[in-house]
Amino acid sequence: MFWLGFLIIFPLAAGLILLAVKNDLLRTPVVKLSAAVICAASIALLVKSYPSGPVYFPAEFPGADRIMFAVELAIAGYIVFCAIKFKRPLTLVLIGLQTLAMLLLEFTAKGKLHAEHNLFIDNFSVIMALIIGIVGTLICVYAIGYMRDFHEHFRKEVTDRRRSFFFINFVFLSAMFGIVFSNNLLWLYFFWEITTVCSFVLIGYKKNGESIRNSFLALDLNLLGGLAFAAGIIYLHFHSGTIELDKVLSMGKAGVLLPVALLCFAGMVKSAQLPFSPWLTGAMVAPTPVSALLHSSTMVKAGVYLILRFSLLLQGTFCGIMIAFVGGTTFLVASFIAMTASDAKKVLAYSTIANLGLIVLCAGVGTYEAVWAAILLIIFHALAKCLLFLCVGVVEHKIHSRDIEDMSGLVVSMPRMSVMMQIGIAGMFLAPFGMLISKWAVLRALVDYNPLLAIFVVFGGAATLFFWVKWMGKLITVMEPKTGQEETVSRSEWVPLYSLSFLTIAICGLFPAVSHGLIDPYIKVIYGKVVSMGQGNITIMLIMLGMVCLFPLSFINLGKKVKVADSYLGGANAGSSIRFQGALGQVKEAQMQNYYLGKHDAEVHLLKFGSFACAGLILIMFIILR
Amino acid sequence: MKNLPLILAYVFLAPFVGGLLAGIDRKISARMQSRIGPPLFQPFYDVLKLLEKENLVARRSQNLYIIFYLLFMVFTGGLFFAGGDILLVIFAFTLAAIFLVLGAYKASSPYSFIGAERELLQMMAYEPAVIFTAIGMYMVTKSFFVSDIAAFRTPLWQYLPGIFLSFVFILALKLRKSPFDLSSSHHAHQEIVRGITTEFSGKALAMIELTHWYETVLVMGIVYLFFTPGVLFAAAMTLFVYFFTILVDNTFARVKWQLAVNSCWIVTIVLGIANIIVLFLLKR
Repeated sequence: MFWLGFLIIFPLAAGLILLAVKNDLLRTPVVKLSAAVICAASIALLVKSYPSGPVYFPAEFPGADRIMFAVELAIAGYIVFCAIKFKRPLTLVLIGLQTLAMLLLEFTAKGKLHAEHNLFIDNFSVIMALIIGIVGTLICVYAIGYMRDFHEHFRKEVTDRRRSFFFINFVFLSAMFGIVFSNNLLWLYFFWEITTVCSFVLIGYKKNGESIRNSFLALDLNLLGGLAFAAGIIYLHFHSGTIELDKVLSMGKAGVLLPVALLCFAGMVKSAQLPFSPWLTGAMVAPTPVSALLHSSTMVKAGVYLILRFSLLLQGTFCGIMIAFVGGTTFLVASFIAMTASDAKKVLAYSTIANLGLIVLCAGVGTYEAVWAAILLIIFHALAKCLLFLCVGVVEHKIHSRDIEDMSGLVVSMPRMSVMMQIGIAGMFLAPFGMLISKWAVLRALVDYNPLLAIFVVFGGAATLFFWVKWMGKLITVMEPKTGQEETVSRSEWVPLYSLSFLTIAICGLFPAVSHGLIDPYIKVIYGKVVSMGQGNITIMLIMLGMVCLFPLSFINLGKKVKVADSYLGGANAGSSIRFQGALGQVKEAQMQNYYLGKHDAEVHLLKFGSFACAGLILIMFIILR
Repeated sequence: MKNLPLILAYVFLAPFVGGLLAGIDRKISARMQSRIGPPLFQPFYDVLKLLEKENLVARRSQNLYIIFYLLFMVFTGGLFFAGGDILLVIFAFTLAAIFLVLGAYKASSPYSFIGAERELLQMMAYEPAVIFTAIGMYMVTKSFFVSDIAAFRTPLWQYLPGIFLSFVFILALKLRKSPFDLSSSHHAHQEIVRGITTEFSGKALAMIELTHWYETVLVMGIVYLFFTPGVLFAAAMTLFVYFFTILVDNTFARVKWQLAVNSCWIVTIVLGIANIIVLFLLKR
């Protein structure tokens, strides 16, 4: 109990201190220290709560409800202020409806809104807390160096508001801990709204036209999700008489499917499923640590976390199938779009959307195998994707471009960075690394349930392979070697990068232990069964991991017993491997560009198609449920 | 480790079988083109000769990728013939193939770069059909293990005709045959510069050829799975399928990548998925 409260309160306190600290020299140690404390506390939580089933805490704080309500109203006030300032009537309508709904609930149910247990913890919460506590804080440490560079780079355009930047980051961490520990749905909703408003402020950090537009897009869509959330809670309160997660889960499918569908709708918005994905791709205008923190490893995971909590209720229902199809379509369409993009951050954004789709697919299926695969996906994706985001952030600052085509030869100009990127990319799709283990588990879960859903995974997976390998290939293709672009990368950036690279590899070796110690007990409590990948298969995976790790070692032998010659250019080489004698005696330079399949507007068409399909599926789901 | 003999047999004999198949291929192709053709053992002579050549590279690290290409291909085949999990075999296969692609990228020459891109397109084109083959086999035999699939009492093609046809369709990609020999042709029907292997010579090229033999035996092993348990019948059918790809190879010209990817996916969707839907409905 102590650690739960500590993890929710401490980041908030650290954030408040950071709000007061003006000096950059003083801020750095405060951020590092707080990050270390949060990280240690989340590990302490693991140690303390291990090994036990779910534990529920009453966590009665006098006046907590009233404080939360006041904060909610204050947030609503802030949003109304912004909406009026920037003339956004839609935002005004949404926040108005939402506040009205909550006021209605508060005053009609006066006194009856009591939850027996406000907080709880089980293995799934612990896993989420570890991700937030380790990956989230590493991103905050990275942000120290990154934001310094960022403000040097945009000295004129962007005013330095680093104090509020770090404040919001830590408040966000605190809210994330709140989400994964809340058993009272009103509390969950409260923390949920805080993450929404945090993302709104952080996306609009640059305060230029584009970022303000995109921050309002994110806000509008997430308020829509929040509205569904509020509606779900009100429905639950009046029809089932409970606002507690565990009570809802133990009620059986019959009565609660509609409110659960509403909550899952909120989850799908938050995890950027089609047709709500534009807020996440728009959010890429924010500084890279924000993209990494909110949109790859933590906030979007809150959405899938919520849906996964209800997976037992969704299993075998029409509603579950529809959610699974939305996830599957999202995976397929987003993977195809990622194939046509050359902007690194866009590729990462769409690949995030795709992987969230895969998790939603699993949650909708809701069998024990699928949920097991989904939790693995959450862990592996958080690490590898965060690593990639942070790498792209540094590279963007150094080469002043985030186009994958400009990353050619990075293996020479920024060797360490390119190796880390390759680790991240390998972690995203290649055997025997994390995401592939999950994809394998997903396939096995689907063939037992409904092989039609496997179609999405198989074709989407083929596209995934294509866009990751061509990125990796671009990194190692060397045209004209440039050296020494990574000396100026600061230590606060290196440390998180090294840690994440290490974790990405280590988690693949440790995954049997993670599965056995944390995921299996959780699945067992809910379904009474555990998943087995087969001892032999795990051994084979580990052997493969060992073999892949040998690959860097083989570079000891680099360049021995070989003779370097110019490459073939279809004409006489002009003194190098990339220049040749063209027609009329001109010296021409060879150019190599990746395939981006599809026309320039492929993204728009695919997005339109996917959005219509998914919107239709969601609509059908609610019509049938009604 | 009761399958150790089979693994060892694969590791040591597959190059000979694969090389021999390549020799037969060249002989038959030659006869189809009214030529006499090289001796049956010509592929072995070629590789032995390559081994004596100087190690010429465009980039110093490119050959390291090829070593791992060979290593993982042998590993994949060993896993298959040991009766391992067929999904794992497919993933290991992908890993091996990616090392070849990365090697070609590393060489940093325009021709090998285009070869690498095309190889990726090919992988994208054939992967769905291969995974559906595994899924189909699982739906019939209730096991992902090759040993269980091979021991199934009735030949699988009777349950999986659509999947079998889609697998034969993408076989041309796996064996680098026309009409889908986009990244590098097994026989130089129509190209002057040889795609993905452009910058590889000497030992590295010999290794690529050797790996291809391993690959051929592995792929034919999957074809064999469709016709077990009768050994003679299965072997005869496998050889017939091999002959069929040679026939197709000599009948068609290379197509553009758009047609290659589209046709593979359409065949997979129409034949493979229809097959799976029927199985799924029958099972219920």
